[in-house]
Amino acid sequence: MEVQFKDAKQGDMKEIICVICPNSCKLQVFKDKKGEVQVEGYGCTRGIQYGEDEYTAPKRTLITTVKIDGGELPVLPVRSKVAIPKEKLFKAMEVANHVTAKAPIKMGDVVIPNLLGLGVEVIASRSMGKKE
Amino acid sequence: MRRFIETDIAVLGGGPAGLAAAMIAHEKGAKVTIIERDFELGGILQQCIHNGFGLTYFKEELTGPEYAQKFIDKVKASGIEILLDSMVIDLTPDKTITAMNPEMGLMKIKAKSVILAMGCRERTRGAINVPGTRPAGIYSAGTAQRLVNMEGYMPGKRVVILGSGDIGLIMARRMTLEGAKVLCVAEVLPYCSGLVRNFVQCLQDYNIPLHLSHTITDIRGTDRVKEVVISEVDEKWMPIPGSEKIFECDTVLFSVGLIPENEISLKAGILLDKTNGPMVNEYLETTVPGIFACGNVLQVHDLVDWVTKEAERAGENAYNYVSNLDRGGKLLKPIRTIPGENVGYIVPQRIDHLKEEKLVQFSFRPKSPDKDCIIEFISRGKIFDKRKSKHIIPSEMLNFQIKVNPEIVESDITIHIKKAPPKVTQEEK
Repeated sequence: MEVQFKDAKQGDMKEIICVICPNSCKLQVFKDKKGEVQVEGYGCTRGIQYGEDEYTAPKRTLITTVKIDGGELPVLPVRSKVAIPKEKLFKAMEVANHVTAKAPIKMGDVVIPNLLGLGVEVIASRSMGKKE
Repeated sequence: MRRFIETDIAVLGGGPAGLAAAMIAHEKGAKVTIIERDFELGGILQQCIHNGFGLTYFKEELTGPEYAQKFIDKVKASGIEILLDSMVIDLTPDKTITAMNPEMGLMKIKAKSVILAMGCRERTRGAINVPGTRPAGIYSAGTAQRLVNMEGYMPGKRVVILGSGDIGLIMARRMTLEGAKVLCVAEVLPYCSGLVRNFVQCLQDYNIPLHLSHTITDIRGTDRVKEVVISEVDEKWMPIPGSEKIFECDTVLFSVGLIPENEISLKAGILLDKTNGPMVNEYLETTVPGIFACGNVLQVHDLVDWVTKEAERAGENAYNYVSNLDRGGKLLKPIRTIPGENVGYIVPQRIDHLKEEKLVQFSFRPKSPDKDCIIEFISRGKIFDKRKSKHIIPSEMLNFQIKVNPEIVESDITIHIKKAPPKVTQEEK
């Protein structure tokens, strides 16, 4: 048995699994008669926002590593401070793959100041000392 | 060179469990020593660069390294003694630890109490007997994760993953983002065993097929993996002839479960449960007095937040032990906990002390997924507490604080997970 993905484009209503937390609430998102996006099935208010965003413009946090010069390890884990449009993830990866950080670095230090001109910072996920 | 260290509490392992246990014990006033075999603190969190950690404990979404860093910064600032690059090779019931590191050589550490926080290791291809050749390109998912996220290597370009646990799903996404083609994830169970959010964000987002009730039946290749055969299995996990699918690939990742790492515990004479972790009482104390266990060495967790909470209890209880706090109500015969209907295991395995009513933290896992369940706590044939759960799945641990009263509870406690009776609506009445 292969899991079939529901084609979200069919019909107006989308079934979206909320991934904000492990509760995995099953949201039903649709446009009402006035054309406004409605979310049902949420467990908390963050689910409403997620359902709306996922329906209109899905976003994901960029999570990857960048090269680091002189660090205890050759790579440094980084993340975008806020989520970016889902379809820009691979473009963002290309940018991250050409960035080199410099040790020592502290968690939260900005590694990429303005990712793809989106006004989003990419920050270090950990501190890393210089290799002795 | 020989060195001798004396300490109140020795913590074996500097991952999330060890860090939290050490911090609490230190804050209470104990002299604490952490012994860690890696070159740095943080344990497995350092390679879990994805987010989703800390929602319960910190009320914010963090990556693994961020979650670890918060504890590392606190521990480093606290003055807790930290021994890095240090391998524990022996532990005795009188709490003498033999360890070694390149700087000090062989050393003895005499502790009043020990907290086991060694974590777990991955099951391998060998553990599940997958047939085929033994070429390069076969990794456990966690090894691949460390290579990509910490050491900067790509293990391969065309990948088949066995096992839909969280590490398998997360590596499917990670390898895809780094430019590999993940051909499929095969799962022997008829359902995805990882968290739903990981199924959505790691497979659905990238259109990676998940083949349920499938397993790898052949690995082919001489120097490097060339092909992998996956087959559908019946309900007894036997491959169904004729269902074979061949995937041309150079890499296979195995994400087929985790086993608590208890070689050191066994050396101290600690008894293990079917969890492969030590049998503990309500204070997370093993069968050797003064040796406590927490985190994945005790039971494999799915959320680090629960590891932290468990470790903090272990840290506090170890402190109480070294300060000779009287627990009171020591039972002549401990109350055993018995996994009942659809319960795989229970931690703690026993209650050793019960003078008056007290709260006991129970963690357990269902054997199979179910919906609309009632969880019953039974002693002397009577249900003394029950809880509801909307949906249960083996990959999500159940945690409940239950009042245990000596007037009600005797000799043993059985936990059942049962289907809730259908609700009687107003009209039906």
